[in-house]
Parts: sequence; C-alpha cells; structure tokens
Amino acid sequence: MTDLFSKFDALIAQREGLLATGVKDPFSLVMEEVKSPTVAICNGKETILLGTYNYMGMTFDDDVIAAGKKALDDFGAGTTGSRVLNGTFQGHKECEDALKEFYDMDHAMVFSTGYQANLGIISTIAGKGDYIILDIDSHASIYDGCKMGDAEIVAFRHNDVEALEKRLKRLPAEAGKLVVLEGVYSMLGDVAPLKEMIRISKAAGAMVLVDEAHSMGFIGKHGRGVAEEQGVLDQVDFIIGTFSKSVGTVGGFCVSNHPKFEIMRLVCRPYVFTASLPPAVVACSATSIRKLMHNSNKRAHLWENSKNLHKGLRDLGFQLGTPEAQSAIIAVIMPDLEKGAAMWEALLANGLYVNLARPPATPAGMTLLRCSLCAEHSSEQVSDILDRFERAGKAVGII
Amino acid sequence: MTDRAEMFERLKGLIEPFNKKGVEVTETTTFAGDLEWDSLTVMDFVAEVEDSFDIVISMNLQAEIENVGHLVDAVTKLTD
Repeated sequence: MTDLFSKFDALIAQREGLLATGVKDPFSLVMEEVKSPTVAICNGKETILLGTYNYMGMTFDDDVIAAGKKALDDFGAGTTGSRVLNGTFQGHKECEDALKEFYDMDHAMVFSTGYQANLGIISTIAGKGDYIILDIDSHASIYDGCKMGDAEIVAFRHNDVEALEKRLKRLPAEAGKLVVLEGVYSMLGDVAPLKEMIRISKAAGAMVLVDEAHSMGFIGKHGRGVAEEQGVLDQVDFIIGTFSKSVGTVGGFCVSNHPKFEIMRLVCRPYVFTASLPPAVVACSATSIRKLMHNSNKRAHLWENSKNLHKGLRDLGFQLGTPEAQSAIIAVIMPDLEKGAAMWEALLANGLYVNLARPPATPAGMTLLRCSLCAEHSSEQVSDILDRFERAGKAVGII
Repeated sequence: MTDRAEMFERLKGLIEPFNKKGVEVTETTTFAGDLEWDSLTVMDFVAEVEDSFDIVISMNLQAEIENVGHLVDAVTKLTD
C-alpha cells in the first residue's frame, strides 16, 4: 500500500528539524484570553497583538457587540442553510445594503469567508476559453479560484506593469479576459500600481477584479481601498473584500456595478453549496461596516502607528519589506527560517505576538515576521513594541 | 539542422544562464529534478522564453512541461 501521506514527508522532516533546535512551534499558539483588539493572554503572559489584521479594532466595539447579542437573541445561533434556500435572514440583506452604501455600488453579495468570495467569483466568471491574468504573488484564495475554474491562467511578475501589458497584448483579442489584482499585498504590505494596471487592462478589453482585503476602512477617501486612493474605483468591475480584517468579524463579499451581477447567486457554487453566516456575525458586520464609513480620526491614528513602527524598525537596523509604510502591514525580513522562528519565539517571550510567514506563502522564498497594526494601538504600545523588537533582535543576533 | 534541433538549441541557449549547476542539457533533462529550479527560477525562465518568442505559456500548460523535450514541443506548437 502506498501511504498517501508520504508526499508530506519533506515538510514533516523540516518541521521536526526546526522543533529539535528547541524553538516553540510557531503554528500552535493558543490565545487563552483576549482582553482587547491589541492585548491577549498567551502562555499565561500578557501579550501585545501585532499580527491580527484587526486594523480598525472593531472586534470589541460596543455597538458591534450589542448588535451581535441582539441578533443572537432574536434570530438564534445559526441559519442552518444556504443563502439560496433558508439561509438568507434580514441581517444578510442589511449587511449587503451596508456594503452597497459603503462602496457606492449597485450590487453586493456576502459569502461565508473572504476565501470563498475569491474562490467563487473567480472560478465562476472565468470559464473555458477565457483567460485569467494574475500577479504571481496573488493570495492562495485567488490561485485556488483559478484552479477550480476552467480558464487559462497567465501569471506576470509582481507589480510589473510592463509584464502585464506584454502578456495582455499576446492573448487573442476576442477571448474573455479577467485581470486579478490586489490593492495591498499581504506578505510585504506593498501597494499595487492599480491606476496604470487598470488602464492597460481596460485598453486590452479585460474585466478587472481587485481584492481589497487589506485596505478596507482606512485607504482611500471613504476607506474603499487602493483603487479609490488612486482614483480608478469606477473602472474596477469587481471588488472582493473580507469581514475578517477591518470589519472585525468573519465573512467575505463581492461588490460590483455589473448589470447582470445578481445571477451570481444562482451559479456561484461556493455561495450556493455552503451554509450562510450566523445571524450574530452579519449583525456585527453590518454595524461595523456602517461605523467604518465615519472614522477619520481612527484612520489617521492607524497611519501614524504604521509610519512610526516602520521608521522605528528601520532605525533599529531591521530589513523591511517596503522602503516606506505603504499600508498597515510592516514585514520584517528574516535571514532564514531558523532565525525567524527564534526571533518569533523571543518576541513572544517578550510579550509581543507577530505572524511568522514562510514559503510557500511568502514571495522569493523569504521568511518574514509580519506585523499588522491596529488603530487601537496606543503610541505607548508602539514604543513598547519597538523596545521588544530591539531586545529580541539583539538576543537572537539579527541586529 | 532540422527545425526541431534548431528550436532545441535556441531553448538550450535560454536555459544556460539559469543552469547554475552546469547540468548537461538534453531533451530528457527535467526542470525540477535535474536543473533543480525552484518556482522563482521557473517564473523568470518562463518570462524569458515568452519574451523571446512573443508567446504566452499559461500556467495550465507549464504544469505539463516537465523536461526540455516537452518545452520544445510546447514552444514549437505556440509559434506555429
């Protein structure tokens, strides 16, 4: 008998090798208690959270929590059904109405996760004979959406406008084309040149989908994301987003002005063949989305945090993923996985949680300590964070 | 030289700058096994071939190209 698990042997060996050096397993952390959007108890120790994507700190917002409690009382714990059968409650419609208003678009469709939103939309709209042109550093949910569909997949070098243009020009003029981009790329926290890329894509007759998961709520005048910031939102055909970052809950969505968009609800399998979000989640989400429309002070503070952390880490001598803070993600580049894991553990011992990211999730085989800031991090916490990075960095020998 | 031999020589020339181990390149040389290319090298090489021949090699097609002979076949077909 062939053991189907033998294909994982190399990964199992790498993992065992890493743990044998004495470091803790970076992928089995448990938060025993969560005190606020920025503080939790991990291994019995009070820990500053710097790797949650909880950009706007909405997880503990009083209005958001009150809406969830009320929905739990009024509508029960779950829907036990698909959106197209018994799983669409008042809360789901309210969530979609809030999204339409937030983005000022005609249609909004809520999925059970952001992953499913990409999976569903991409695999459904690009079919046999169509082309999907995507950035090589696209998120796993985009790649999986491609794999699930029947389109031809063409990748171009990360954020390379010329590489995109060349490939578009080589494709058959009459073929259906979908260009898939992200506003902020989550590994390095860098922003895409959407303005140029969308212009080129439109000139080639392509439709454009932009994943704005990491920009909602604080990039662009109305917090609609990088496409809004660069003045090209009106040319984007589909925006994909998530509730599990700035919104502070869980779920995913697509908003669009396409006149035929509503047919997606019948043909998109990751929308149809799964249960809808629980009433409390959609109630929390709708309340949070509406609050995100009005919070310029929080946005300004988040940007201040991001810039301060970026400058502080650079001054300490760490190598960062971007030359300046382009988003609320600051990626610290580690020399290798062993050093990265040691640094991650040293930070945790110092009461600081960040994400350890490694290949294949990362570009160019890099090991990263990924930090994501929150509008609720105080300036004192940011100074604390820098102190802890300095102590851990010196202890591990990275700076 | 036959068309196929010519195509092989041209592609071999494109492979050389990426052939860090100095592996002897024949039609049966595999990219992952013999040349030990990682995904990053593959991407750079594919871009090089695409630009040289003004073609697009989709990821669907790349998945079927395991050795140099497969690549010769694929590029020949795409430039036909």
